[in-house]
Amino acid sequence: MLPVVPSVIGYVFPNELHVTWTVMIVLYPYITGLVAGAFIVSSLYHIFGRESLRPIARFALVSSLAFLLFAPLPLLLHLGRPERAFNILITPSKTSAMAGFGIIYLTYLVIVVIEVWLTLREDMVHLAESRTGFARLFYRTLTLFDTTIDEKTKAFDHKVAKFLAALGIPVACFLHGYVGFLFGSIKANPWWSTPLMFVIFLLSAIVSGIAVLVFLFYFVSWLRKVPIDRACVGTLASFLWGFMIVDVTLELLEVLSIAYQQTREWEPLQFLILHKLFFTYVVVQLLLCSLVPFLFLAFNAIAKPREKLSNVLVFSSAVLLLVQVISMRWNVVIGGQLLSKSFRGYTTYVPGLWNKEGLVVAAVVFIVPFILLRFVDGVISLFPADTPLGAWWARRAAGKTPAVPAPFGT
Amino acid sequence: MSEEEKKGGTLSLPEPSEKKPGGSLARRDLLKYSAAGLAGLVTLGKIDDLLAESYPTIGGSYHPDEHWWGFVVDLRKCIGCGACVRACKEENSVPDGFFRTWVERYTFLKDGRVLVDSPDGALEGFEPRADVKPEEVTKSFFVPKLCNHCEQSPCVQVCPVGASYQSPDGLVLIDKTHCIGCGYCVQACPYGCRYLNPVTGTADKCTMCYHRISKGLKTACVEACPHGARHYGDLKDPNSEVRRLLNTSRYGVLKPDLGTHPKCFYIGLDEEVV
Ligand code: SF4
Ligand code: SF4
Repeated sequence: MLPVVPSVIGYVFPNELHVTWTVMIVLYPYITGLVAGAFIVSSLYHIFGRESLRPIARFALVSSLAFLLFAPLPLLLHLGRPERAFNILITPSKTSAMAGFGIIYLTYLVIVVIEVWLTLREDMVHLAESRTGFARLFYRTLTLFDTTIDEKTKAFDHKVAKFLAALGIPVACFLHGYVGFLFGSIKANPWWSTPLMFVIFLLSAIVSGIAVLVFLFYFVSWLRKVPIDRACVGTLASFLWGFMIVDVTLELLEVLSIAYQQTREWEPLQFLILHKLFFTYVVVQLLLCSLVPFLFLAFNAIAKPREKLSNVLVFSSAVLLLVQVISMRWNVVIGGQLLSKSFRGYTTYVPGLWNKEGLVVAAVVFIVPFILLRFVDGVISLFPADTPLGAWWARRAAGKTPAVPAPFGT
Repeated sequence: MSEEEKKGGTLSLPEPSEKKPGGSLARRDLLKYSAAGLAGLVTLGKIDDLLAESYPTIGGSYHPDEHWWGFVVDLRKCIGCGACVRACKEENSVPDGFFRTWVERYTFLKDGRVLVDSPDGALEGFEPRADVKPEEVTKSFFVPKLCNHCEQSPCVQVCPVGASYQSPDGLVLIDKTHCIGCGYCVQACPYGCRYLNPVTGTADKCTMCYHRISKGLKTACVEACPHGARHYGDLKDPNSEVRRLLNTSRYGVLKPDLGTHPKCFYIGLDEEVV
């Protein structure tokens, strides 16, 4: 039985009865985490030469861009004066950790856009050549009217893309680690204030990024009735397992070190964990969504089960880990605001449903990048032509030329 | 001055630090430029009369550089009537459910428990606690709270656009026309003094009634307090009342270990108060 907790316990400073950062601020680090994680996966192939990840590397890169484009949306929805959002770029305050957002975001955006363009350029040129009329013009526009493809241009594109991928790794780490720093640097809040926050956010970002790719890879393969690329998901599953172990270890370490030190903050934090956050932290984040996928992935890696079982284990681990990371964001962002800075009381946060910062809008914001991905997939194949998914795309495109092929599944 | 000395009750007082945050300097430059611009305009029209109308000043002019405002609450005198909370709400159009100042009641019980409450910020004062019997109580007192106008204010530090700043006279203020309403400062204030104003969409908090004190008027809460528990004044002025109080009493500040250097001092502070 879950304990029934009254909405306000003890003494909360009167201004703290309203929770300032809502579910939008839960979503923001979640989406930037997906950006960083997906990018790291594409870099594992592009930079670190993980050949088995080739079928998903390009998809990972474009996913990263899709999430990136929508990452600022929850922030905008949260701002009290969204029309002044550009003040962050115009008058950044040099003492503020948050002021770096604009610069880091734009740097990363430029890197990813160019890298995506270079990666897709060859395909765009071929598509332009094989089409007529409007479709041809469309693809030619995408190539920015530079349709030369030969060994020299290929080598050049490859070199630049590789350079950008290498540059992108530290920037992606920074983009997300910095989000952790936003919380970790708030000395007023004992649930946030730890230098570990930076690392935990980064690792959980990588976990969520790999998990979302595993999820999408299975999803698209099943939808298109294409055999699963076992080598690819196998590699993804082992990375997922490895990163989740380090991530969860650090998450536990953070709490254990406060608990063991028995500092003044521990008493209220203990109550926060065992009562206010019992369900979302202990049950969901730790037991259901960390322990279970850990066991699943461990079994998958060690016992090497039959293909069908392995698929079920890896897919459900990915889904559980996606929930793990969003519940971690919730427990940090919302949890930290439930404990009053009086250290004597706790408030409650119940998100609205239909308001600007409510659950419906949050769900829409979260789903939009996936819809964008679907449309991009309608225009250009996100998987290499010599992989089962890429071949499916080519078959579909051939059947429908000269019209722009429909997105997957239709 | 070290913490030890302060705790030991020495008579020396915190001096304004030499270091001025960049924000205030930039702002000063801005003021200078706008003043120059205005001077140009004045020659064109009769704006000087208008200005004199809207900004009455102390003895002809108010020079922020000449002051360093601080606040002193004498906890031995507060009776928890909530007059200050009502006056502040009225004076500053504080929206319902939010507080630029509020009053807390601390109730110490024989079994060692300490209970704290502040029903609706003490807007209507306090009723006797229904959940404790008078004979269980060892001591009880009230603590008015307001922005501490911290010298090293974390709220100013974190504001991404520089909308929160420290004025040259030592007050932490918010430029309502520049604030984006991100709420980062609300998270950074360790004292729960800030809120996002639902009407303006921007951060809000106590300004120590800047619009009044810069005209030589008392803050609304100081004026309303029937028991002389609240005092504001110029820490730079050796003869000010706040100086006199701090020179002659033992005082403390809230959460000194966070290094925020509050400029709201509490006479008769109990360690249970945070
Ligand atoms: S009390 Fe809070 S709002 Fe006031 S200056 Fe200090 S940190 Fe800022
Ligand atoms: S809410 Fe306004 S004053 Fe506060 S940190 Fe954000 S921009 Fe600055």
